[in-house]
Amino acid sequence: MNKYLIYLDQKRCIGCHGCEIHCKVNKNLPVGPILCEISHEPLREIKGIPRTEFHFRSCYHCDDPECVKACPTGAMQKREDGIVFIEEDKCIGCMVCQKACPWHIPQLNPATNKAIKCDYCKDRIDAGLKPACVTKCATHALKFVELKPL
Amino acid sequence: MAKSVWSMCGMCSVRCPIRVEVEDGKIKWIEGNPYILKGALCAKGSAGHALVEDDERPHGPLIRTGPRGSGNWKLVTWDEAFDYVAEKLKKIKEKYGPESIMLSCRGGPFADLFKAFIHAIGSPNFSNHDSACGRNVHHAAKTIYGLGRKGFAYDIKNCKHLILFGRNLFEALRLAEANQVMDMLDKGGRLTYVDVRQTITGVKATRFFLVRPGTDYALALGMINEVLKQGAYDKEFVEKYVIGFDELCSFIEPYTAEWAAKECGVKPNAIKAFVKEINEDRPRVIFHPGWMLSRYHDSFYASRALQILNVLMGNIEVEGGQIFSKGPGDCGVKGLRSFDAQVPKPAAPRADLVGDKYKHWDKGPGIFHLFYEAMRTGKPYPIKALICYRHDPFNCFPDPESQKEALENVELLVSIDVHYSEFGWYSDVILPESTYLERENPIATQKGPKPRFIVRQRAIEPRLDTKACWEIFKGLADRLDIGQYFPFNTAEEMWNWQLEPTGYSIKDFEEKGFIPLTDKPIFYDRNNLEGKFKTPSGKIEFISQVLTEQGLPSLKPYESPQKPPKGQFRLVFGRTAVHTHGHTVNNPLLNELMPENAIWINKRVAARLDIKEGDWVDIISEGKKAVIRARITEFIHPEAVYMTHGFGREVPVQTRAYLAGASDQKLQRGLLNKTDPAGGGLCLCEKFVTIKKSVRNAKRRVEL
Repeated sequence: MNKYLIYLDQKRCIGCHGCEIHCKVNKNLPVGPILCEISHEPLREIKGIPRTEFHFRSCYHCDDPECVKACPTGAMQKREDGIVFIEEDKCIGCMVCQKACPWHIPQLNPATNKAIKCDYCKDRIDAGLKPACVTKCATHALKFVELKPL
Repeated sequence: MAKSVWSMCGMCSVRCPIRVEVEDGKIKWIEGNPYILKGALCAKGSAGHALVEDDERPHGPLIRTGPRGSGNWKLVTWDEAFDYVAEKLKKIKEKYGPESIMLSCRGGPFADLFKAFIHAIGSPNFSNHDSACGRNVHHAAKTIYGLGRKGFAYDIKNCKHLILFGRNLFEALRLAEANQVMDMLDKGGRLTYVDVRQTITGVKATRFFLVRPGTDYALALGMINEVLKQGAYDKEFVEKYVIGFDELCSFIEPYTAEWAAKECGVKPNAIKAFVKEINEDRPRVIFHPGWMLSRYHDSFYASRALQILNVLMGNIEVEGGQIFSKGPGDCGVKGLRSFDAQVPKPAAPRADLVGDKYKHWDKGPGIFHLFYEAMRTGKPYPIKALICYRHDPFNCFPDPESQKEALENVELLVSIDVHYSEFGWYSDVILPESTYLERENPIATQKGPKPRFIVRQRAIEPRLDTKACWEIFKGLADRLDIGQYFPFNTAEEMWNWQLEPTGYSIKDFEEKGFIPLTDKPIFYDRNNLEGKFKTPSGKIEFISQVLTEQGLPSLKPYESPQKPPKGQFRLVFGRTAVHTHGHTVNNPLLNELMPENAIWINKRVAARLDIKEGDWVDIISEGKKAVIRARITEFIHPEAVYMTHGFGREVPVQTRAYLAGASDQKLQRGLLNKTDPAGGGLCLCEKFVTIKKSVRNAKRRVEL
């Protein structure tokens, strides 16, 4: 059972793409991999105002992740709290995980030649903080939500 | 060992307060100051790290060896560079007088230091970029209130209705302001947005007016007419504080909502319904008077009309309205010691004739582009040295080719900047400034309802052979025998010298990263604002004495903008949230987000020109041509084409930005001489360009 979720408050998001850079800088990523993405629909006029909606996508941290099953070295793992992450020392950069993922979410980090993906900044979470993208979201549109069983 | 440093962002001119974590001399984390921004930062703010690591900026002081613009440089030591510049300046001073030396910057809270430097040399010629930015807005505010455009803070968070004429504040981003708008909208506030195209700000609006380009003034006049017709204004406030209300009433008569609707291409009922709304919401209604309003021939009067609407709303010194900016004095604290105040005022008149021929304009920075006239003609006297600090006239002002012609008469061009600016690449000497993470700045005052002292502190040591601006000016000052005005050798000494009269010390920044001068917002008594308006009459002047004395109208009859000739379009420009003008296009991380710009074309127009989304398009303007890709949208006025400013850079060593996208200012041929006689700003949207499908969209392939 996943414990966490990143939620985007549509109304507050201004599509500034800050989250993408907050993430990249925190993970020390070079040009190339982008672990979370903001996208938007084409403009559509609604009651006289051209509107759009912004979407945030990182990793879905699946309940039964294909990437974990496909990983030949056991580098791709799922924690008890649901976070799917890569143990970097074990990763050989074969990118089988990317092929196994229905959305091809894991990416190759050219600086290390290993796979990289969103892990909700687990080091930050373990230190009682929030993921980089949420912490620094320009308009506080991104929320880090802890899911509780009803 | 990790440490936390309070500082100020420097990726754009907003200067958001930040907290920086440093470990082993490396930046580990940058976030918005939690006390002010709750951690918030934009993409540019986070990309500061990539700026430090970028090798495509000057590695040390450079002296030009080939012809101007050739890119032949000699890397020298700081001593050599300082000696070289100081010796040239001394010679120029001796031959032409000190007033032939000028300095320009990009304004902002640290300008006191640079002003002191040029004044200490003996020249009155301090300037900044603002005549290509907010000068019209500034002067409009001065002629109404006697206060500059920063004379009021907008209490957006508590307002009920915010009206933005082209002020695209979710893309020309100031984080504190953007969050205020979001909070206001979350509380059910209304946002009216006016523009010639849809933007992210407009996407969030509750009412949207897509207007014909150049008709902002008409819409504002129609709104004033309707406000008066509906009696939707604060009669008591107007009676008490306003001069010229009767003149306004008779002037405004022909400019009905129906007239304005026809002129702007909007529905008359929308204007009437809008006025009904603001009547419900006033006085918590704010008409933003504009920011970068060097756009149309009547932008000054458009900004004035928006200020008139503010006054009619009675939104002054109320919650959710315009609040007088307060300074240390309002909090019972003495102000910072000023560098410039120690320097005797130079006697010579300014070479841009501001304060002399142009008495209605603010002498502070004058009007930068008028100096080109002095350079060209040698009148009123020649300008022989230009020092640009953090200011790139070739990126900021139109028509760099015309600028270069004037600069041929200038013997010394010095660029002090973090980047290779386009001007820097053309100049004679580059004195590279350290990035904002590697330098200190003087302490500054941030005025507002809750004034504070702010500071930028050095987070890490410079990675390349660069210096902080205060070290650069100090280094030059010592060699020009004016070192006594800069009595410090370290940043700490400089700060202590500034802080001495205030009773605070640099340690007082440790808790929050700034020194708050009050806990609660300070309000003046709204019923007793006598003496607060600094106009000649002490009142709010709908009819401005200053303008009248200069022979200029206060309420200018409307003139409809010219329609572009067939096949031509009005070139308009704007901002994106991921870049700061041309400063960040070469930043690796920001470049990855947006490596080039596109030209926005109205859908019906594009169909007529057989241009499809993504096609290459030729943009032609008097011997200049740019080729970029088309973005087709129905949400831009058919008379306009739009591009994001800052691209089309021509500094070869900036490999990512080099020739990527197109530059609006290079297409703005002839606009360097188009000054608004009342506002002093340039008219940068008064350019028609030819648009056609490029032959680069080849359908057949000749090569293998």
